[in-house]
Amino acid sequence: MYRYDPYDTAMVAARVAEFRDQTRRRLEGHLSEEQFRPLRLMNGLYLQLHAYMLRVAVPYGTLNSTQLRKLADIAERYDRGYGHFTTRQNIQYNWIRLEEAPDILAELASVEMHAIQTSGNCIRNISADQYAGAAGDELVDPRPYAELLRQWSSFHPEFTALPRKFKIAVIAAETDRAAMRLHDIGIRIVRNPAGELGCAVYVGGGMGRTPMIAPLIREFVPLDQIVTYCEACLRVYNRHGRRDNKFKARIKILVHELGAAEYTAQVEAEFAHLLTLGIEPPRAELERIKAHFPEPALDAGGEDGDPDRGDPDFALWLDTNTAPHKVKGHAIATISLKPVGGIPGDASAEQMRVIAELARRYSQDELRVTHAQNIVLPHVRKADLAAIWQALDAAGLGTANLDGIGDIIACPGLDYCSLANARSIPVAQRISEALSPRSAEIGELKLKISGCINACGHHHAGHIGILGVDRKGVENYQLLLGGSEGADCSLGQITGPGFDEDGIVAAVEKATALYLSRREAGERFLDTYRRIGMAPFKEALYG
Amino acid sequence: MVKILTGNDLRTGAVIWWTGRDWSLHVADAGDVGDHGDVIAATENAARRVVGAYVIDAVQDAEGLRPAHIKDRIRALGPTVRLDLSLKPADPAAGDWVI
Repeated sequence: MYRYDPYDTAMVAARVAEFRDQTRRRLEGHLSEEQFRPLRLMNGLYLQLHAYMLRVAVPYGTLNSTQLRKLADIAERYDRGYGHFTTRQNIQYNWIRLEEAPDILAELASVEMHAIQTSGNCIRNISADQYAGAAGDELVDPRPYAELLRQWSSFHPEFTALPRKFKIAVIAAETDRAAMRLHDIGIRIVRNPAGELGCAVYVGGGMGRTPMIAPLIREFVPLDQIVTYCEACLRVYNRHGRRDNKFKARIKILVHELGAAEYTAQVEAEFAHLLTLGIEPPRAELERIKAHFPEPALDAGGEDGDPDRGDPDFALWLDTNTAPHKVKGHAIATISLKPVGGIPGDASAEQMRVIAELARRYSQDELRVTHAQNIVLPHVRKADLAAIWQALDAAGLGTANLDGIGDIIACPGLDYCSLANARSIPVAQRISEALSPRSAEIGELKLKISGCINACGHHHAGHIGILGVDRKGVENYQLLLGGSEGADCSLGQITGPGFDEDGIVAAVEKATALYLSRREAGERFLDTYRRIGMAPFKEALYG
Repeated sequence: MVKILTGNDLRTGAVIWWTGRDWSLHVADAGDVGDHGDVIAATENAARRVVGAYVIDAVQDAEGLRPAHIKDRIRALGPTVRLDLSLKPADPAAGDWVI
């Protein structure tokens, strides 16, 4: 994985020192909250319902065991013993003291981490496929390109005051595991008919109050021009994106209002101009970055035999939570942070240390945070899977529910978030408890819950989505069906009137029961919904 | 409807409530600020003890003052999903009045 060079180290150290001084001046009264707020937000420090919240960047979701141990130490020393992994592959701490925030940033810097650009109207953390470098269906590891874009976008002077926040995802596989088309820019690394690698670029996707699936605006950008092309996309947005209305300021609105063809034409003109300026980083810089992402040192010569399936719980986990690795005799293992009835995405300091040790011992010292709020061990020998599962199970991390009804994405909701209108976590917990016993029977069913229209819980992209709203001071929940974030990307449709907390749990049970009664062989919930349409579900819910 | 004043402690971020003379961690200590909430909020914001002070509606019942809106009731106690982190972790009834 990428390691800081002296420039990275110096930049992050300078930012820590700067924020320490800013915090001191705030506490001494030399800065008002109005002056200080944008400064703390630039360092990921929000003020939420109960305390300050710190969002730490995990570039393209990749961590090593030393970093995860540091995150555990921070949870224990500065927070209340746990952290929350987010749908942007980051981690958040919910109980931070302002006076200690600079010390936390210094601790993060000591393991080459930071919280820069995890808030504000700038280019946020670049996300990527959590199976990068391990999946058999990828053309190349997308992370060197994500890292190149991270370096380009960090402190980019032209893009620190965009009309609104900006999110980029990079994948290199046919299977989209990163909700790529629901980002402001989605990049898929592809091969052209001449066999050359380049990028298909999608612009103007997003969720929030106006969900959009990003249209393809260019089929092929040569890999050695991708920074220049992104610069052109951002320039057109920065020039024309609306600053008069926060709710219409995201690039998806610009692309929609201009039309994809006109937006693309403007980008192409800007791109042609930028090519004359030679802003693309030197090829040597990309090669330097790529050298940090070598092929994992795995022995492909061993036996490919599956582990002993004698323990039914282990066998279920094996079937559910592991995926094929590109190297024979190995697997990708996903650790569910969704125990039955638990809080999606939360991990205690103790659990983080268990995961870190497993990564060090069994997975080339690498981990990935997924946008579904789970953790991946990307490079595991099949022969070690039983030992890994036993350690996970002992730590309360052995739940076998990946992509099932219990693997629920949920934002922090009204239990933590000052923007939320309704609680997400209790709804997730109740659905998990009610339907997890039938998870194997139900099969793949991606359920996503947001506590407000900002859609941090990706409800638009859930096979079943739930949106919490405030109805005259009372929590109410809208139900959506038919969303998907993958290659078959689609936006969920609202079923009808909302439900109270009891009602929404019952509604999910009814929708699931209808699916089970109507599905044909091999169909997932989403497939059945697409085949039979909304009407039977409405009848089951409201009839 | 009673008006009470709340905000977050500048240094710690903790939710605090205006008692009439000082700030308290406990909503039960909050006092009715009547029409003076905005003036007090401005003064206290300037004094750097509190950040983001604002006035909310509250109701008085036999148990004491309770914020009228669910968001402020959750602020008063803590996350409903982690009552072990609330201000009354030993009270099995803690949170009964939140929702």
